Amino acid sequence: MSFSHKHILGTRHLSPQDITLILDTAESFKEINARAIKKVPTLRGKTVVNLFYEASTRTRTSFEIAEKRLSADAVNIAASSSSVVKGETLEDTAKNIEAMRPDIIVIRHFASGAADYLAKRLDCSIINAGDGAHEHPSQALLDLFTMRQHKGRIAGLTVTIVGDITHSRVARSNLFALHSMGAEVRLAGPGTMIPPGIEKFGCKVFTAMDEALAGADVVMMLRIQLERQGRSLLPSLREYARFYGLNRDKLKLAREDVLVMHPGPMNRGVEIASDVADGERNVILEQVENGVAVRMALLYLVSGPAPENP
Amino acid sequence: MSHSETLILDRAAIRRALTRISHEILEKNKGTEGLVLLGIPTGGDFLAAELVEIISGIEGVEIPYGVLDITLYRDDLSHKTIRPLRKTDLPFSPDDRRVVLVDEVLFTGRTIRAAMDALMDLGRPRNIQLAVLIDRGHRELPIRPDYVGRNVPTSLEEEVHVDFDGDHKPFAVRLLKP
Repeated sequence: MSFSHKHILGTRHLSPQDITLILDTAESFKEINARAIKKVPTLRGKTVVNLFYEASTRTRTSFEIAEKRLSADAVNIAASSSSVVKGETLEDTAKNIEAMRPDIIVIRHFASGAADYLAKRLDCSIINAGDGAHEHPSQALLDLFTMRQHKGRIAGLTVTIVGDITHSRVARSNLFALHSMGAEVRLAGPGTMIPPGIEKFGCKVFTAMDEALAGADVVMMLRIQLERQGRSLLPSLREYARFYGLNRDKLKLAREDVLVMHPGPMNRGVEIASDVADGERNVILEQVENGVAVRMALLYLVSGPAPENP
Repeated sequence: MSHSETLILDRAAIRRALTRISHEILEKNKGTEGLVLLGIPTGGDFLAAELVEIISGIEGVEIPYGVLDITLYRDDLSHKTIRPLRKTDLPFSPDDRRVVLVDEVLFTGRTIRAAMDALMDLGRPRNIQLAVLIDRGHRELPIRPDYVGRNVPTSLEEEVHVDFDGDHKPFAVRLLKP
């Protein structure tokens, strides 16, 4: 079995075989993360640039740890402290970085399509660490990894994703990956936060959270992005919390062995009640732990020989 | 491309070779104290299980064995197609043990170099020994086996295959000529 992708831009174009290979590879890396010496020499001599145009703690740290555990040389660039603030375009910044010959660029950008844009213009591998409201593939893959670890499979699971679907790249990447692996995806949220026509991608849409939760194997709560769209799409946070926040009573509608997931950072008391966030069904910190193994798998797989038909 | 094929060892011959290797391991290490086997997938892990069974028949002691995946330590990542990783599974710490690496075919020696690096990252064994079913020559590194099932002179174009049945028991070693 071989992996034929030079870039990881989204989950939409990954086949079920690709996803299975990524998850299987991540299993092996998880074992390394449990060792006393958490480092293998696989990417020795490779340079990875983490180019982050948006604030990020979890994803950036996770990628950086993954890179270091594979012995790659990791360089971090945060847009707020770089020439971007002097008005340089994305393409110019990227071309300048490429002139220093990195092997992989991990990019997070506020514009949807930024990763694809670079992949078409640069020679090195691009890994999308979140682009606008488009995709966040490594997050979705670590979510699937965590689901598979607990449920033993992805196919046939009922996964309910609740929140601002329109602006969520996490929801989109999960939808594509889960659908291609044979899970049933339910999306729930206020009408203002569900993009029209998303059913075409193979999911069911609910505006009543209770119906979406009934019999779910996994409930994934999305963060209400207070700093962004949240304000204009919602009458009030209290009202949102009442209708779409996950609390203990609502959780009872799901299966008894339900998994509660959240990509972080959480707004406690808004989309998720504190007792659920700390409850026994939550796997939120396991998601973070698995993120390192999944990102190691992605870095490893794109570092193979160049595919014949890129 | 037409292949001509020679059977080098059959099931019984493989068993005899592994039995001899088992005796040699016990003789050299003066018993089973501190002894562990570490198989390199794929194939070496199954052979290690065979050796454990034979040694247990001789000494009445079940020695520990594990699996060591060396893919991440290879030196040809950008040359060869990516292969799925196998999980390293060490039910013991290698610290202060006599570790016998088990592989099916010894060729360039690069796999064994990788295996030694991988093992050193997991602990500090007292010593590392090497058992192989087939030594086909063409070493590219200064590595030699301590225990050999059969020396098979080959040309670079030839291939040596060890076949396992559904129960992971070795039943044939074949030499394929192009």
